[in-house]
Amino acid sequence: MKILIVGGGTGGTILANNLARRLTNELKSGKARITMLSASDKHMYQPGLLYLAMGKMTPDELYRDQASLLEPGIQFHVDPVEEFMLDKNQVKTKSGKTHNYDIMVIATGSRMFPEGIPGMVEAAETFYTEETALKMFKRLQSFEGGKVVITVGVPHKCPMAPLEITFMLNDYFKDRGIADKVQLHYTYPIGRVHALENVAKWAAPEMDKLGITYDTFFNIKEVDATNKILRSEEGVEIKYDLLITIPAHKGMEVIEKNGLGQNGWIPTNRTKLNVEGRDNVFTLGDTTNIPISKAGSTAHFEADTLGENIAAMVKIGMPVREYDGKVFCFIEVGKDRATYAMFDYKNPPDPKAPTKAVHWFKLAYNKLYWISARGLL
Amino acid sequence: MAERKIVDGRGSFCPGPLMELIVALKSSQVGDELEVLSTDKGSVNDIPEWINKVGHEYIATTEADGVWHIMMRKAK
Repeated sequence: MKILIVGGGTGGTILANNLARRLTNELKSGKARITMLSASDKHMYQPGLLYLAMGKMTPDELYRDQASLLEPGIQFHVDPVEEFMLDKNQVKTKSGKTHNYDIMVIATGSRMFPEGIPGMVEAAETFYTEETALKMFKRLQSFEGGKVVITVGVPHKCPMAPLEITFMLNDYFKDRGIADKVQLHYTYPIGRVHALENVAKWAAPEMDKLGITYDTFFNIKEVDATNKILRSEEGVEIKYDLLITIPAHKGMEVIEKNGLGQNGWIPTNRTKLNVEGRDNVFTLGDTTNIPISKAGSTAHFEADTLGENIAAMVKIGMPVREYDGKVFCFIEVGKDRATYAMFDYKNPPDPKAPTKAVHWFKLAYNKLYWISARGLL
Repeated sequence: MAERKIVDGRGSFCPGPLMELIVALKSSQVGDELEVLSTDKGSVNDIPEWINKVGHEYIATTEADGVWHIMMRKAK
């Protein structure tokens, strides 16, 4: 049984390791083979970018060699897929090689797309790549006061990022001693400060307490970088001195080019995680069009499900369980407190009051992630 | 030609049905009809409120077997 995993991010890596452990004997006997094709020989801990933008991590802390994270027995190639031939159970890579598969998992992830809003790339700071996070930190360090506006595009990776960056900025300016010269103004696309109602119920009073102002029902339409004005679809204008954006995201270009899904999101069965219309092609993480959070934990829990199911398909010819929509997100509330939200398709989250203990656990998880990626946690 | 699209936001607490609608509208044409499916009762108020605020056309809301169907037309 040839298992092909396309993509070496969080979901693809956890899945590959999970499968390699479940299929140790099959890999040894040659009954199964696991191949991973990735665009990079490095693996990035993406949540670390938030800390990079705030000067609390450095770039070297974000990376490991991808090969060092993978179980022995996984055949790893830095050779991204360029062509998917689902009817032939084949893919073609950038180097021109063709790989056959019996089961394929597409885990190519997503990318930020600030270009979708006129003026945004020129005007705004963001932190979704190493380069932009470092640029944002340098910009913050030279900022001496004024109105800082946070905008949120949809869909975006990491649903807690808008709140986290806002609360962290509040503490950052306090620590620099310029909080009295800074007005933080938060915007959000729907009629409350967060998509999760219970998170919004907790976050809005926190903002009120800290003097952070906000506009809801604010969907960014364009940025006038010359005059430093934001305009929303709803007809509201906001002046800014420093603009920080959580940019809208798209799936990867290769998905769109191969006609696998509009905007790079692949139509996916929400419990079985197979690509619609295909029994032997699965997808997970940001790559799916499932209407849940684009977050590392989503990819992680989906990878756990697929690990069990694909191993069972090798051993007994059928999957054994369904994905229940589980998501877990830490929420950093400034520099020294945090809480979390956990939910699934049927149960909404019920976030508790932020504590220092949860913040410390999040800092610990920033290191523990590498164990997670190895499929051990 | 105008299309009719289903936006399946059932079971979505985050980002939620309204966010799914906002995303779907980006790749829709003026005149297209969109039907949002939601298992969150809050959508019954949130979604029409946003539709009216932005200036799209709200058509109707129905409920069947615990799923709310909210119909709208992209107006601009």
